Amino acid sequence: MTIDWIAFTPWWSLIGGILIGIAAALLVLFNGRVAGISGIVAGLLHPRHPDTAWRIAFVLGLVVAPIVYVLLDRAPMIVIDAGYPLLVAAGLLVGIGTRYGAGCTSGHGVCGISRLSPRSIVATIVFIVVGMLTVFVMRHALG
Amino acid sequence: MNKSLFAFAAGFLFGVGLIVSGMASPRKVLGFLDVAGAWDPSLAMVMVGAIAVGLFAFARAGRRSTSLLGAPMQLPTTRDIDRRLVVGSALFGVGWGLVGFCPGPALVALGAGRVKALVFAVAMLAGMIVFEWIERSRGEGRGTSDAERVVAD
Repeated sequence: MTIDWIAFTPWWSLIGGILIGIAAALLVLFNGRVAGISGIVAGLLHPRHPDTAWRIAFVLGLVVAPIVYVLLDRAPMIVIDAGYPLLVAAGLLVGIGTRYGAGCTSGHGVCGISRLSPRSIVATIVFIVVGMLTVFVMRHALG
Repeated sequence: MNKSLFAFAAGFLFGVGLIVSGMASPRKVLGFLDVAGAWDPSLAMVMVGAIAVGLFAFARAGRRSTSLLGAPMQLPTTRDIDRRLVVGSALFGVGWGLVGFCPGPALVALGAGRVKALVFAVAMLAGMIVFEWIERSRGEGRGTSDAERVVAD
């Protein structure tokens, strides 16, 4: 294993992680809800639900963040290498998978592990290991 | 109204956290998942930071029955480690590894005006709708559908 020291941003990533933790803390302590983004988005598929307003507000916050960031600092670094067919396939898999598995990186990876939920710890290990295997196949076995 | 205000603040901070940490960029996420190549361990630091704060917050939340705004504390109650959890998380892992997007960063990149993020997000919503169709066709005759239950997560 070789570490990419040029790409590695330990401090910025730690600070970003702390902000994400504070965000999850706000949502659970004030609203009593888990900041699971796949669950929040999926809930919007039933728009007459009483939870719709706060779900929209949360998603809006996520979408507005880069816009404010540009105004205050600079354009966020976002590099998307994948082509359209792969993006569609991946989107479908992420949509179906996060619903079957009842969570994604935020709901299981951040909030679930913070709750010390064995279920979320298993889910997080599974999606990280499978994600690593997928990248291995794409970059080193096929690529 | 207050609930929406705090939800907006939480979503906004979450988004800023994803940008600052570098996780809004699929290339950086793939750098973490590529353990056989030049490995970028940054995502591990993100989890350390988020969970360090989260541990305190969820410990406090677990001792309360209502939130600070008086809303019921709705923490997941499902405890089963079953096939659904593992297969679902594995499917998500494949999608995540293919392009480097999970739901949060995709929405942030969408806000940054990336057409590719829009395409991913629309496909993701379509995937969620497909899931509900499958659940509904399988769940007919059963009481509460699983689709209703898992939305709580």
